[in-house]
Amino acid sequence: MLKEFYTVTTVVNGQSYKRVIEPRMSLCDFLRDELDLTGTHVGCEHGVCGACTILVDGLPVRSCLMLAPHADGADIQTIEGLANEDGELNVLQWAFREKHALQCGFCTPGFLTTITAFLAENPNPDREEVREALSGNTCRCTGYQHIIDAVLLAAETMRADK
Amino acid sequence: MKPARFKYANPKTLNDALSLRAEYEDESRFLAGGQSLLPTMAFRLAQPEILIDLNWLHELNYVRLETSGAIRVGATVRHREMQVNRLIIDHQPLVNEAVFQVAHQQIRNRGTLCGNLAHADPSSEMPAVMLALEARFHAKSIDTDRWIEAVDFFLGVFETALEGPEMLIEIELPSMPERIGTSFMELSRRPGDYAMMGVAVVLTLNKDGTCANCRLAFCNASDTAVLAPKAMASLVGKPVNEETVRAVANIVQTELDPPDNINASSAYKTHLAGVLTRRALLKAVERASGGARAAA
Ligand SMILES: Cc1cc2nc3c(=O)[nH]c(=O)nc-3n(C[C@H](O)[C@H](O)[C@H](O)COP(=O)(O)OP(=O)(O)OC[C@H]3O[C@@H](n4cnc5c(N)ncnc54)[C@H](O)[C@@H]3O)c2cc1C
Ligand code: FES
Ligand code: FES
Repeated sequence: MLKEFYTVTTVVNGQSYKRVIEPRMSLCDFLRDELDLTGTHVGCEHGVCGACTILVDGLPVRSCLMLAPHADGADIQTIEGLANEDGELNVLQWAFREKHALQCGFCTPGFLTTITAFLAENPNPDREEVREALSGNTCRCTGYQHIIDAVLLAAETMRADK
Repeated sequence: MKPARFKYANPKTLNDALSLRAEYEDESRFLAGGQSLLPTMAFRLAQPEILIDLNWLHELNYVRLETSGAIRVGATVRHREMQVNRLIIDHQPLVNEAVFQVAHQQIRNRGTLCGNLAHADPSSEMPAVMLALEARFHAKSIDTDRWIEAVDFFLGVFETALEGPEMLIEIELPSMPERIGTSFMELSRRPGDYAMMGVAVVLTLNKDGTCANCRLAFCNASDTAVLAPKAMASLVGKPVNEETVRAVANIVQTELDPPDNINASSAYKTHLAGVLTRRALLKAVERASGGARAAA
């Protein structure tokens, strides 16, 4: 019953993977070191910065506060899975570029995954709701205002596209 | 910043989880949402030799309405469920209101109510909510099975009445009869941060609109969530209006003696406790007299 190793079978960005790992491995290390998906960034490794946010079964979570075994049987989406199928930036990514919502880009994968889920639940947010939704993500460069602008632009564009 | 090595158990039944815990009582820890334990392990402040992961225990993943009108929430139910579950929204408005103040959405998607309560952080919102509601805590081990009242559950900073191999398997939130109004209010530096001060109010009115019962519980005011019994008693039998509520807030300010911390001095926290009590009571009386609760 006590395991020193664990076999994880999981789907990430539509592709299946199977790996044998030590259970103490965090999910972000699993993605980066085992699957070479290095778009998920690791800032603090203890849950405060949000850089490592990914979508597990559609919901944003901190991948540094999950163990790799928690990926077993899950359907995961990371920053690498957000762009359109032809490789073009999706609407949210485009809006980030349009509004200068990133500078160094370290925090960006965490923001984009967080906001992807947020806009799916709330397609027509006001500025205050956007601020609240972003509260779990830290950005040291932008001062957040442009990120909020980008989210509002993305929401507006997505509504118009529907 | 990586956890120390541990052996991992992923029991599929409650019985297996409790047996493992009984067998390895001293060297094991339960892992629920991991939103408090995993950071502690990353810092190596906790180095359990054996981690008993509750995430595979589907039998404890329920929110259930009892015939008594009470709601039971199983050990693996995540904070998010308190935001979206219809039973919680309809029957436990205080829990539903307060959960939005617990951490950020990414953490609420993963952390559990029971894990949060077992963790017993005095600045957490939910312990105060449980005290205000008079919730009951169901503790079980392979040999024991008992219920603990909220007032007896929180013993100190990160310290609860759970003994040795016990698991908190579920919480019972009592039913809310007529003429009850609740409110949760806090002030924090950013949305999602721990509160500098927070109050949970459960107010019951008599038919004539006077106060029949009043419960005021505070987070971040002591080394556990605490009630303010003198302030609570002072309102009973009186009408609930600007003037009486102000008097209650004044008593709260003399009754609490919150410790200083990096975000707020004791004096500031005491000030906030008064302001929040006054506002939350006025909100609760509005809801108890029909307003928001009838509309919901
Ligand atoms: C950045 C950040 C901000 C946060 N902000 C807040 C906040 O504002 N307010 C707030 O309240 N919380 C906050 N939290 C903490 C969060 O709410 C956690 O989810 C919660 O404290 C613990 O629940 P968990 O399910 O994640 O438990 P875990 O982390 O898995 O476990 C916590 C402890 O409880 C024990 N345990 C877990 N389940 C049981 C059980 N069923 N029986 C017995 N023991 C058990 C574990 O062994 C461990 O010791 C924050 C966390 C982070 C990372
Ligand atoms: S790296 Fe996960 S929250 Fe900072
Ligand atoms: S763009 Fe540099 S941290 Fe956000």
